[in-house]
Amino acid sequence: MGGFSFFLEVLAGGLLAGVMYSLVALGFVLIYKASGVFNFAQGSMVFFAALTFVSLLKLDWNFWLALLATLAVMVMLGLVTERVVLRPLVNQPPITLFMATIGLTFVLEGLSQLIWGSQPHGLELGIPDVPMEWLSQRANINISQFDLFAAAVAGGLVAVLAVFFHKTRIGRALRAVADDHQAALAVGIPLQHIWAIVWSVAGFVALVAGLLWGVRNGVQFALTFVALKALPVLLIGGFESIPGAIIGGLIIGATEKVAEVYFGPMVGGGIESWFAYVVALLFLLVRPEGLFGEKHIDRV
Amino acid sequence: MLYREAGQFKSSYAEDQRIFPIRQDRVAFWALLVVAFVLVPLFGNQYWLGAMLTPFLIFALAALGLNILTGYAGQLSLGTAAFMAVGAFMSYNFILRMPWMGVIPAFILGGLCAAAVGIVFGLPSLRIKGFYLAVATLACQFFVLWALQRFGWFSNYSTSGVITAQNIVILGYAFDTPASKYLLTLTVVAVMALAAKNLMRSETGRAFMAVRDMDVAASVIGIPMMRTKLLAFAISSFYCGVAGALHAYTYLGTVEPEAYSLDLSFRILFMIIIGGVGSIMGSFLGAAFITLFPIFLNLASGWLAHALNIEISHATVSNLELIIFGGLIIFFLIVEPHGFARLWQIAKEKLRLWPFPH
Repeated sequence: MGGFSFFLEVLAGGLLAGVMYSLVALGFVLIYKASGVFNFAQGSMVFFAALTFVSLLKLDWNFWLALLATLAVMVMLGLVTERVVLRPLVNQPPITLFMATIGLTFVLEGLSQLIWGSQPHGLELGIPDVPMEWLSQRANINISQFDLFAAAVAGGLVAVLAVFFHKTRIGRALRAVADDHQAALAVGIPLQHIWAIVWSVAGFVALVAGLLWGVRNGVQFALTFVALKALPVLLIGGFESIPGAIIGGLIIGATEKVAEVYFGPMVGGGIESWFAYVVALLFLLVRPEGLFGEKHIDRV
Repeated sequence: MLYREAGQFKSSYAEDQRIFPIRQDRVAFWALLVVAFVLVPLFGNQYWLGAMLTPFLIFALAALGLNILTGYAGQLSLGTAAFMAVGAFMSYNFILRMPWMGVIPAFILGGLCAAAVGIVFGLPSLRIKGFYLAVATLACQFFVLWALQRFGWFSNYSTSGVITAQNIVILGYAFDTPASKYLLTLTVVAVMALAAKNLMRSETGRAFMAVRDMDVAASVIGIPMMRTKLLAFAISSFYCGVAGALHAYTYLGTVEPEAYSLDLSFRILFMIIIGGVGSIMGSFLGAAFITLFPIFLNLASGWLAHALNIEISHATVSNLELIIFGGLIIFFLIVEPHGFARLWQIAKEKLRLWPFPH
């Protein structure tokens, strides 16, 4: 087996893993873009969604019925969050909102394990996680069928969301709210509706991410740490950019895998816990807003 | 009626610049110190001293450190626990490899090492701001913990990863009872809190606050951005490093990386948010709340289960605690976004007028 085809396999594996990070990062971007809130609870939302879905399946629910029910739960969660947490905190500094989402993280983690129990579950979506035969025979490169499926889902989501944000009326309203709560209210944008919508959409994205990550790693508490993997992606892509989440994910995934395989053994392994952050930091030194983040002009 | 400043005149600059300008405040403060230094160690039992008051003081010190960085200088950091870990591990190594230097110098050197790490990871703050910086400080959290576990030198090639901290001996006196450890912690915390209070009232502190309020404006009026920001990181990390060393030596009795997880960083951030961002007093109030509340909740749930005669599983209790804890944080943020310190101020204003409405 040639060194080059091995490199290609590592690279492809990394890129596809990066797409999985992007899926989680998308949820962060959505909420940040539309409300200026850095939503730390995204990771626990992913966990909550996946656990709810799996538990409903375990109760012998039909697949689509369970999917719909989970989606309904996530939308409800978005509405409740808007009503209970965000509405009383309009116009507070960003750090206060950030802290509130950490509080929300605790509530969600406790709630999901209180209702559904804390034992890990397996999840099966009907797409086998095996290397594609024709590719491994022709080019001697092993790429999982499931990874490609995940990449396709992520690509589709990004396309839809990008169009939604830039072409529709609601999308423009969302961007206005992110710029300035008070100004948006003054020109008559219904802040409450906008936040409810965006948290529901973020819940939907969390559900998709939860399902795909659930198939890959099993539905367990460790899913909440997926959010920590998504943060460097955000740094590279920029907090406000949906395409940035994908590009950032690809960069992080590829460099992390390649570094893990070629550079990791030199320092004794385990570098995946911080390597992505260091890559992100290097990018930030060149572009402080990330690759696609909005340029910030400071005025006195 | 008792809390009045009428008749107290300031006749010198020294009197004008006191930390507690009102006599009643001074009396209350000294009374509090007497209680903390004399009465508590005399009458407190082992559990209270070892499991509640000592960790409270240590976390208050760490919160104070973070408050200098986040509350005064406006740089959001999620790497507090990593700085504590550096302080703990480096103190361990200084005591291990240079036993002649004594414990207190080792703690100070450990704190200085943490300050050096803080300066390195504070460098990105010159270029990036806000949440970008917060996430960048996560790099510090993960990298430092990885390095401490990866390179055997830090843990003296211990195989278990959990090292027993050496005994604390200062000038021939062994600090081995909870009461003596509590007193040692209290002394260190009191001295450092006084230093922090004065530092924040000095030119340095005012420069920090200018950077926090608007860094462009601060640099326009001639505050050196690089020196001020890095100094904030250094001082904050020094406080956190000393707190980490105390955490290992007077509270846990072991030096282990697991004690300094990301969770701890968040806990300390909660302390300053709930206590009050940009307030020395707030660090203590917040630390008291976050340290003592889970203990109280635990007792309450045990008592409730006993009273209602129902069997509540351990998992259920811990999940319920999580929910209540998270809910309370949100509740506090909504009710009083400026934390306990603001409530304290309001209470004092009210007390001054009481019993009259105006």
